[in-house]
Amino acid sequence: MVEQVSPLGSAWTPGRHGNLAGEAGVVLSETRPGSIVQAAAFPGSEKAVMAAIAAATGLALPDGAGGGVATDTKAVFGIAPGRFLVIDQVEGLADRLKPGIPVETGAVTDLSHGRTAIRIAGPQAEWVLSKLFAIDFALAAFPLGAGRATQHHDVLAAIQRTGPDRFDLYVFRSLARSFWTMLVHAGEEVGCEVR
Amino acid sequence: MLITCPCCGPRDVAEFTYQGDASRSRPDPASTDQAAWNAYVYDRVNTAGAHREYWQHSGGCRSHLVVLRSTLTHRIDSVRFARDEADGARRRSGSPA
Repeated sequence: MVEQVSPLGSAWTPGRHGNLAGEAGVVLSETRPGSIVQAAAFPGSEKAVMAAIAAATGLALPDGAGGGVATDTKAVFGIAPGRFLVIDQVEGLADRLKPGIPVETGAVTDLSHGRTAIRIAGPQAEWVLSKLFAIDFALAAFPLGAGRATQHHDVLAAIQRTGPDRFDLYVFRSLARSFWTMLVHAGEEVGCEVR
Repeated sequence: MLITCPCCGPRDVAEFTYQGDASRSRPDPASTDQAAWNAYVYDRVNTAGAHREYWQHSGGCRSHLVVLRSTLTHRIDSVRFARDEADGARRRSGSPA
């Protein structure tokens, strides 16, 4: 298999940054999924696309805008009406989804090389993300598994809560270095560990 | 100012792109009435009060929206998907979807 190259390059600086007191407030890492795919439904075909995602991944999407579910190796969440982001650590997800989503039902777009996946975890993850994004990260407003499409200035981001103190962010690969550097700076106040 | 997107919930106005006055109606594309086209392209009422306008949630779900907003107070009375509004207009005029 071809070795994956991180878009972070020299911006990835492992170790502790900023505040060194106590445990790190946030831990930043890359999840490096093999597949990041957008599945979109034509109006009226939403249920068919959700069923195709379930058949290809085994993940059952809950009803409702922004609903989602995540396991250790796969994730799916809604990012817009009838549009879902599907993630798999294994490559080739787009090819596994396409048979279930023919052109009259919707569209499958392979974004694996266009996005980078960043994980922010730790007791201060909500606090650090709140510095960057104008949405509510509290557990009551942003439940486990749910997804949000939002932006930091012009950097669009799809965010999924994959744990009580953990979020996975999908941002444009071409902006990965600057966005990652900004995340590290935002995390320095509470102690940021890069892994 | 917050706009409550029907998909995403309340979001900061910075996530949205203004797309113009939604109260105008486009002349029949086959029309050669220059005055009607001139009015459609250039004339604006400059409403002080309730104003119907198009917005796009460009920094979120990318949906096109029809927002009823007061230009005096920024109070927002309704936000709907533009797609639903267009479907309603097509049903009212009896033309196919």
